[in-house]
Amino acid sequence: MDELPLVLVHALPPFEISFKGRLQSRFQLIDSLDSTFAPHVSVLLCVGPSPVSSDTLRHLPSLQCIVGSSAGVDHIDLAECRRRGITVTNAGPSFCEDGADFAIGLLIDVLRRISAADRYVRAGLWPMKGDYPLGSKLGGKRVGIVGLGNIGSEIAKRLVAFGCRIAYNSRNKKSSVSFPYYANICNLAANSDILIICCALTKETHHLINKDVMTALGKEGVIINVGRGALINEKELVQCLEQGQIRGAGLDVFENEPDVPKELFELENVVLSPHKAIATPESFASLQELIVGNLEAFFSNKPLLSPVNLE
Amino acid sequence: MESIGVLLTSPMNPYLEQELGKRFKLFRFWDFPSADDFFREHSKSIRAVVGSSFIGADAQMIEALPKMEIVSSFSVGLDKIDLVRCKEKGIRVTNTPDVLTEDVADLALALILATLRRICESDRYVRSGAWKRGDFKLTTKFTGKSVGIIGLGRIGSAIAKRAEGFSCPISYHSRTEKPGTNYKYYPSVVELASNCQILVVACALTPETRHIINREVINALGPKGVVINIGRGLHVDEPELVSALVEGRLGGAGLDVFENEPNVPEELLALDNVVLLPHVGSGTVETRKDMADLVLGNLEAHFLNKPLLTPVV
Repeated sequence: MDELPLVLVHALPPFEISFKGRLQSRFQLIDSLDSTFAPHVSVLLCVGPSPVSSDTLRHLPSLQCIVGSSAGVDHIDLAECRRRGITVTNAGPSFCEDGADFAIGLLIDVLRRISAADRYVRAGLWPMKGDYPLGSKLGGKRVGIVGLGNIGSEIAKRLVAFGCRIAYNSRNKKSSVSFPYYANICNLAANSDILIICCALTKETHHLINKDVMTALGKEGVIINVGRGALINEKELVQCLEQGQIRGAGLDVFENEPDVPKELFELENVVLSPHKAIATPESFASLQELIVGNLEAFFSNKPLLSPVNLE
Repeated sequence: MESIGVLLTSPMNPYLEQELGKRFKLFRFWDFPSADDFFREHSKSIRAVVGSSFIGADAQMIEALPKMEIVSSFSVGLDKIDLVRCKEKGIRVTNTPDVLTEDVADLALALILATLRRICESDRYVRSGAWKRGDFKLTTKFTGKSVGIIGLGRIGSAIAKRAEGFSCPISYHSRTEKPGTNYKYYPSVVELASNCQILVVACALTPETRHIINREVINALGPKGVVINIGRGLHVDEPELVSALVEGRLGGAGLDVFENEPNVPEELLALDNVVLLPHVGSGTVETRKDMADLVLGNLEAHFLNKPLLTPVV
């Protein structure tokens, strides 16, 4: 009788998968690196941002593939995977629509002061203090997208309908895209009114957005981050916001979640979100299909559905 | 033109007020203890009224100002102006179309996203420190949801165009079907509400469209439905809307306008499934300046006997 293929479910608390039952009908699941089966495991299912370090990988000499469950793979030691020839998959397109929708929601909120004005009404200030201060028009603004991947492309497509002018920065210029490309992030910032950060976090992009970039963006500039907190030098961002060096920011991610710099709580020109840009029932259903699909593809020697380029 | 008396009905815009003061003899309606006091003293001096969505030119004002020649509204909506009476008396009326279309459409999308994706609520969540105790809940996806628009004029069309960027199927209701769109037309608002998840009010307020969102429409929209109002408060039967939201018969609402601004029903202040804005549809620095320039341009054209820029009557 054929045994079900072995999958190690790597989930550090509080992360867990909601569809264990579905996996158990097709795969034999183990959940510990110390299991006697660990040396035979060829696939690891990584739940949420549970770290996969070189130490983790040392426990798994037969590992060939890591099936990830997030858009980002910065919690996985990619260099070690590259060295050992381990393939990695991520959430692929599962999150890109919701991520894009949320980035745009954050952007319009910052420019038009939606959350701040909603607070104003709820505090009973409209009858007392009169009209709310004016916001800033979105139409015609220059938007610089940092990272034109799945999520960045969906953002660009939506913003065109709002009359925004799009440009981008990416590791490489995309030949199929007609938006202007800036190889240098400061140049992109200098030619933009808005920066939307949606690129992968790597060694190269750590603190990509720093004081120099924010100075280039200027006093009217807005930054939206739906990537990873560490893409921005958070200390310098807080300073720039407090000193009015940029107009405002919409942030779904932070360097040390769930801790948020308390200085931001005093500011009216920031919109804060608890890392939930992609969190809808639809995106998680789509992710579930993708994960099952990637596992089945691996075990039947078919092409993986959402492999990450490790170069 | 410095001797021409112009009445500004409310402190709607500092730049507009300043420019009116430079070019005309400006009277500020709110400087006077009552309307009657003002009319008694200055009724014969006023040749133009600059009104807004807050205070326009109703029958009482028109009758009280016999020398009035023009009403130039700092808004696109005309519901606060007695247009019939203006027409009878040969009083010209202008408004501010087009310059505010994009901002109002942007705001409709902002309300949709904030309501469905709970943006304001999650901002409150973070600021309260609650994130340290646990993750926020899942929220409702926007891309691909069906959007129904009441009124496919300039603003309604701009909203449709933006929602299409989110792959939303668009349907609409208006007085007559519009040729040349791919959007599905419904001959009644109830049918529209039965066939969409997000219902947006984007039509003019007239006696016919008063309370166009009523109990029947709200029931048709249902517990997963969302009402977005960037029109006028009176488009919605507000007590009906409030009870539907409180009882869960309606999923949520994003509201920029209310029946009795600046007062907002207290029950709404306690709800998490609504977004409440203080009538900021056209409220950007850029657009308010464009609106002000249009008001000034119309007044100037009138008093120089040139064609009005954006006449309504």
